Amino acid sequence: MIKLSKVFVAYAKGSLALRDVTFHVRKGEFAFLTGHSGAGKSTILRLIYADMLPTSGDVRVSGFRTDGLNRRDVAKLRRRLGIVFQDFRLLEDRTAEENVAFALEVTGARSGVIAPKVMRVLTQVGLAGKARQYPGQLSGGEQQRVAIARALINDPFVLLADEPTGNLDERATRGVFQLLRDINSHGTAVLMATHDLDLVRQTNYRTLELQDGALVFDSATDEQLARGATS
Amino acid sequence: MSLTMREAFLAFRRWPALSALSVTTIAFALFVVGLFGLVLLNLRETLRGIEERVEIVVYVTRGTPVEVITVAIDDLEAFPEVQLVSYVTEEEALFQAQRELIEFQGIFSELETNPLPASLEIQLRPGYRTADAAERVAQRLEGLPFAEDIRYGHEWVEKLDNLRGVAAVVGLLIGGAFALASVIIIGTTIRMSVMQRAREINIMRLVGATDGFVRRPFLIEGCLKGALGGLLAVLLNFAAFVTVDRLLWQASFFTGAQAAIIVALGTTLGFASSALSVDRQLRRV
Repeated sequence: MIKLSKVFVAYAKGSLALRDVTFHVRKGEFAFLTGHSGAGKSTILRLIYADMLPTSGDVRVSGFRTDGLNRRDVAKLRRRLGIVFQDFRLLEDRTAEENVAFALEVTGARSGVIAPKVMRVLTQVGLAGKARQYPGQLSGGEQQRVAIARALINDPFVLLADEPTGNLDERATRGVFQLLRDINSHGTAVLMATHDLDLVRQTNYRTLELQDGALVFDSATDEQLARGATS
Repeated sequence: MSLTMREAFLAFRRWPALSALSVTTIAFALFVVGLFGLVLLNLRETLRGIEERVEIVVYVTRGTPVEVITVAIDDLEAFPEVQLVSYVTEEEALFQAQRELIEFQGIFSELETNPLPASLEIQLRPGYRTADAAERVAQRLEGLPFAEDIRYGHEWVEKLDNLRGVAAVVGLLIGGAFALASVIIIGTTIRMSVMQRAREINIMRLVGATDGFVRRPFLIEGCLKGALGGLLAVLLNFAAFVTVDRLLWQASFFTGAQAAIIVALGTTLGFASSALSVDRQLRRV
């Protein structure tokens, strides 16, 4: 489903952001990307949603090499992925439901199907009662839930989460993490970049650890690969 | 209303201050261009008024039969440069002189015979009211057997030619500079308003919007801002025209088509600036 093979990413000055990274994420799997800041977690996610291209090596998403996609194909690919960021990236001047609806509108969905679907996803993330509120009127945890709802609206096969709990307090972190687990339990793969090791230790999900751009540990090659994708 | 149109119109509601600033800046940039256009327009009107006075006068030898003159008038009116030929008899010339030269009334009343000759007053067509054309026609008129003297104020027409040339060059240079300045101002204004929304463009792309989907509302918004700015500029120009017309001197204003050109200029610049700015922003995401 997502496959990185011998991926190198070099910055303009020559230093390497990723070095010889190879792994793949299976359908319905939940995997953590861990490592210190600058280890290459976000770079891997950006490669997957085709925000950048590898200097060498292959990045394949749903069988397609990302370096072979034109801009229109990139847009179509992103509609099949759900992407969540640490800073939520919500449009401040739109309500929660407008933020979520927008991701559906870009696909050309008919207006009749948008409202019920938006309400269904907002209900799924526990925000049905706050649909008309603007991001500024919501807590951090709630804003992240809106971002997750937006990521889910197009029924993605994988949710890419880049430090989704990085800006949240402990309670909101637990809530958002539980939500991601629920989403995964319904069959959507989740690839979550985090440096919160406490969160990682709470579960037996697969862990991919990066150090200075290199993949130094993949728990799937030990126990988890044998036990299946989800805990 | 389509999603694109809705997004374009909503932008005015979501960023009222930014939108108002853009429209006002575009309006003032075009107002200056329009103001210069008005100056040129009125200068051209004035020059046209002066040009209409360019005429060639052929003084007719006393005793020339009217039939000869009538035939000559027909010939002269066939000249491509000639618009109208008027025959002024000796009596009419005296009457005209008495009416126009009031200070010489005493002399006129003491005259026993009319000293003024009859004449042919030849008006040239627009486009031929130049020193060269007047001289060309005058040279041909020298062949008329009854032509006693031919005058057309050579120096005066040459000065008029120079004035026209200066007006054209100044108009081109200053008008070009104003137009260029307005293009830069409008381009920068639109670009700044697009840059203010770089985050929005980035998010649009992240959720799977195609370049076309992102671009379209910005293009419509750019057109609307340009058109509104152009309309406001025409209104400001009209206010300036009314002020000058009432307080200083009688002036002319743009025709409907000319005013529409200002609005169209604003619309085009708004569209082009938006297209360039959004594309530049899209290349970054």
